[in-house]
Amino acid sequence: MLFCMAPALAQNGPAQGTLAQVKARGHLVCGVSGGVAGFSIPDSQGQWRGLDVDFCRALAAAIFDDPAKVRFIPQSSAARFTALQSGEIDVLSRNTTWTLSRDTAAMNFPVITFYDGQGFLVRKSLNIASVKQLDRATICLQQGTTTELNLADWFRTRGLTYKVVTFANSEQTLGAYESGRCDAYSTDKSSLYGERLKTAHPDEHVILDEAISKEPFAPGIRQGDDPWRDLVAWTHYAMIDAEEAGISQANVEEMRRSALSPDVKRILGLEGKYGEGLGLTTDWAYRIIRHVGNYGDSFERNVGAQTPLKIPRGLNALWNQGGLQYGPPIR
Amino acid sequence: MQRFIRVDLVASRAPPAAVGGPLGWMRRNLFSSLANGLTTLLILGLLAWALPIALRFLVLDAVWTGASGDACRPEVAGRPVGACWAFIADKINYLAYGSYPAAERWRPNLAVALLALAAGWMLWLGAPRRDLGALFAFVAFPVCAYLLLAGAPSLGLPSVATGLWGGFLVTMVVAVVGIVVSLPLGILLALGRRSTLPVVRVLSTAFIEFWRGVPLITVLFMANVMLPLFLPGDITVDRLLRPLVGIALFASAYMAEVVRGGLQTVPKGQQEAAAALGLSQAQSLRLVVLPQALKVALPGIVNTIIGLFKDTTLVSIVGISDFIRVLEASRADPRWSAATIPATAYAFAALVYFTVCFGMARYAGFIERRLAAGERR
Amino acid sequence: MPESRKTSLRAVALQILLALAVAGLVYVASTNAAQKLAKQGIVAGFGFLSRNAGFDISQRLIPYAAATSTYLDAFLVGLCNTLLAAALGIVLATLIGFVVGIARLSPNLLARGLASAYVEAVRNVPLLLQLLVWYVAVRVALPSAEAPASLGGAFVSQRGLALPSPDFSGSAWLVPAAFLAGILAIAMLRRRAGIAAETGRPPVRVWLPGLALTILLPGLAWIGLGLAGHPVVLHWPARGPYDVEGGLPILPEFAALVLGLSTYTAAFIAEIVRAGLSSVARGQGEAASALGLSRSQALRLVVVPQAMRAIVPPLTSQYLNVTKNSSLAVLIGYPDLVHVFMGTVLNQTNQAVEVVAITMAVYLTISLATAFLMNLYNRRVTLVER
Repeated sequence: MLFCMAPALAQNGPAQGTLAQVKARGHLVCGVSGGVAGFSIPDSQGQWRGLDVDFCRALAAAIFDDPAKVRFIPQSSAARFTALQSGEIDVLSRNTTWTLSRDTAAMNFPVITFYDGQGFLVRKSLNIASVKQLDRATICLQQGTTTELNLADWFRTRGLTYKVVTFANSEQTLGAYESGRCDAYSTDKSSLYGERLKTAHPDEHVILDEAISKEPFAPGIRQGDDPWRDLVAWTHYAMIDAEEAGISQANVEEMRRSALSPDVKRILGLEGKYGEGLGLTTDWAYRIIRHVGNYGDSFERNVGAQTPLKIPRGLNALWNQGGLQYGPPIR
Repeated sequence: MQRFIRVDLVASRAPPAAVGGPLGWMRRNLFSSLANGLTTLLILGLLAWALPIALRFLVLDAVWTGASGDACRPEVAGRPVGACWAFIADKINYLAYGSYPAAERWRPNLAVALLALAAGWMLWLGAPRRDLGALFAFVAFPVCAYLLLAGAPSLGLPSVATGLWGGFLVTMVVAVVGIVVSLPLGILLALGRRSTLPVVRVLSTAFIEFWRGVPLITVLFMANVMLPLFLPGDITVDRLLRPLVGIALFASAYMAEVVRGGLQTVPKGQQEAAAALGLSQAQSLRLVVLPQALKVALPGIVNTIIGLFKDTTLVSIVGISDFIRVLEASRADPRWSAATIPATAYAFAALVYFTVCFGMARYAGFIERRLAAGERR
Repeated sequence: MPESRKTSLRAVALQILLALAVAGLVYVASTNAAQKLAKQGIVAGFGFLSRNAGFDISQRLIPYAAATSTYLDAFLVGLCNTLLAAALGIVLATLIGFVVGIARLSPNLLARGLASAYVEAVRNVPLLLQLLVWYVAVRVALPSAEAPASLGGAFVSQRGLALPSPDFSGSAWLVPAAFLAGILAIAMLRRRAGIAAETGRPPVRVWLPGLALTILLPGLAWIGLGLAGHPVVLHWPARGPYDVEGGLPILPEFAALVLGLSTYTAAFIAEIVRAGLSSVARGQGEAASALGLSRSQALRLVVVPQAMRAIVPPLTSQYLNVTKNSSLAVLIGYPDLVHVFMGTVLNQTNQAVEVVAITMAVYLTISLATAFLMNLYNRRVTLVER
């Protein structure tokens, strides 16, 4: 049985594992969205910044001990899956919703890095608190995304009506919303925070608390490459576990010197040889925290309360703080 | 078909009034009849209403300097505000080069200078050695420009990813690539369509009619999603290259039809005379037929180039940072939000495109008149 | 003749080589595509057309609902929107184009100048930019959705135009029927006029009575229905919680597209009309004038009919351009074929090859069919020529 499957597997995945390819190449190639504030956007010096970017930097830090060994390639929503399939990128770290059909279409989503949902941006002056009040309103959307489907389903199942105007890109959509063509602008909540910043008067617009869909964002990899899948998943878990254990970029050196708790010691590679199972060195998680930080560090730095975006932790808080981020133990 | 048969005699008309002098001129040109007089008054009224508004918006009430959109808000400036030229001034580098690194901007500048040289050499009919000019414009210049813009680390030019190119630079790149590819390809296709070999003729005709039958935007979509599919697995196509391929193929079909029109004006006797002189088919084509055909087709070629230049704006729809897209991106800058920003941005863009296209159209008209002068003898 | 045999052999070899090269290219490209699609788990074929679409479309001329309609329905909605915008754009562009083109040859200096300024300004600025001007700059100048301007029951705002719409179901079908009867009357009058001219009977007026009938007949039907106790129901637009609702809505996207397309194409049509009119020998106009025809009579009866022979072929290609250029709708959010099908459906089904092929086939069919009809027309016109 195994005998027969071997060639099939070899056809599906690359002949050589992705990790080996990345190591041989000397850098990681990471597909990002390239225009979503706080998630992936080049700053004025051309340096890529954001939560999605940090995830790839963490991968590079774990593999090479150097977060700079990543090449970022912006991917449109139309081209992203082709780019992954063709081997143009090693990992797709972009606001991509994990769905069954995508998972079965020769892709894998090892881990959910960000829990999102479809939300609404409306004018404060409308005094709206719930999505239901948008009955009979006009809503602007970007076309070709799941937002179109979610919106139609949500309004129909509640017996509400709405008028829709769709545009090909986010600039046109926001422009139409801002100039009064629509009452609301609907897309993933995480993007709405950035879009609100692009309006002339961000404080005149508000993002409704309610979300009408589940949008679990997950990095995408090619199917049939289990070692790479493990590495991608555990890179995220290491950042979560580090936050839970209280290890941050600021105190990691000190913790490494004076760690007493076995949990912390295992994460920092002082006890056991857990990194070797991933094809890495024992200090792999330490490298991630030293160069990139834990999940909370990355979140606060890119999208948190101190940034202009001010995205609340919400579902992305640790499990013991009311959120959904839960890392399996490193042991 | 409608017919007209006069059945009654027309009443004789009054003799014409004065035809000389300023009054006569006015009567002839402005008030030749009642309807004409009314038209004149209507247009004068329209102009008296519209011109002051345009003048006030574009010049008198315009804001020329300022560091942010505040300068262009009437409530801040304390006066009615027209066009916000300060916005254009602030964004001009971004509009010209996109995100091209500031330290390397001499490279696009040099490329544009080379382009001017190539264009001048080709378009000035009395220029010396125009055959060398064609070689320069269609072979040497594209290579130099590519090395300059994309960079060649071995020559000491750091490479600049195409993702950083933008603004008018990208508009020029798209237009120039379209022209440089479509002209030779168009000539080949035109010859192919007139070929006596059935396979060549059918293939050329199918190619031309296909591209002319579909809208450019569908071609660009196709290039974007299907080009990567058609190539073997490990080859990836640069994001800027995809629409370039689409535009080049699209333009060559239109170019082919213009060139074919030129070829049709060359009398068959010319080719027969060339054959009688012992010229081979290729020689007669190169030395006798094509020079005459291209000369006749030149105004049409320039008109196709104008169309191509206007069509480059469509690449903004498939996400390429051409002039229109960086203009829209600049317009969305919250720092520069003011009521007159959209109108300012579009007025500026219209002026830019108008200058280029009108200039080319004038050139085409000039060539046409020169050729007509030869015919009139 | 060995020399010519050699060349003919070479020609055959060249053609075989070319055919092989093209076939090879197509083969390599299609195998690559098939491989990659298989990898992505996409089933090739047109089965996806019967799957449920699930998204809404802002303007639909045929019944469509997100919950029940298929991708094929979405395709048809997009196609109808394209055809509507193109048809209206063609009519308006022709009207404006003929007026401007004739004005360019007007004896009035100002009319001439204004017409050529219009042509030069519009022709030399990209259509895409003009659509942005209409949709962004002009729309913003309209009243906001909260305070729409009311025009005798109709409303105009940034959300578009809302007109009262008559309900022609029930006995009210008589009104459109009366309109059709008016159109029929024009056709009959034209026939009568032709026969009258042929046989030398007194001329029959066509347009004034014809147009009067097309307006009067429906009007009479309308009033008659009201008197008979079955008045035509008018749906009036009214202010809703967010904006004006009901009636016949005209979306700003549609208005911007049609206005942009028609004013842009009109400039090209004006040039065609001018060239066509100039191609008619000067003597024709002078002869008409000598016969005592006024300028408008000379234009209508002598010059334009002759000029049409030169005008119609390039005019058709402009009509095709309107149809093709309507695809720029994707920029301003009007749900035309490209917007709905190549935008939304392609992204949701990932059936890139099929979607692109279908869309291109639609435009190609329209283009080739028009070219075919054009050839028929040309043959007829050349036959008439003596």
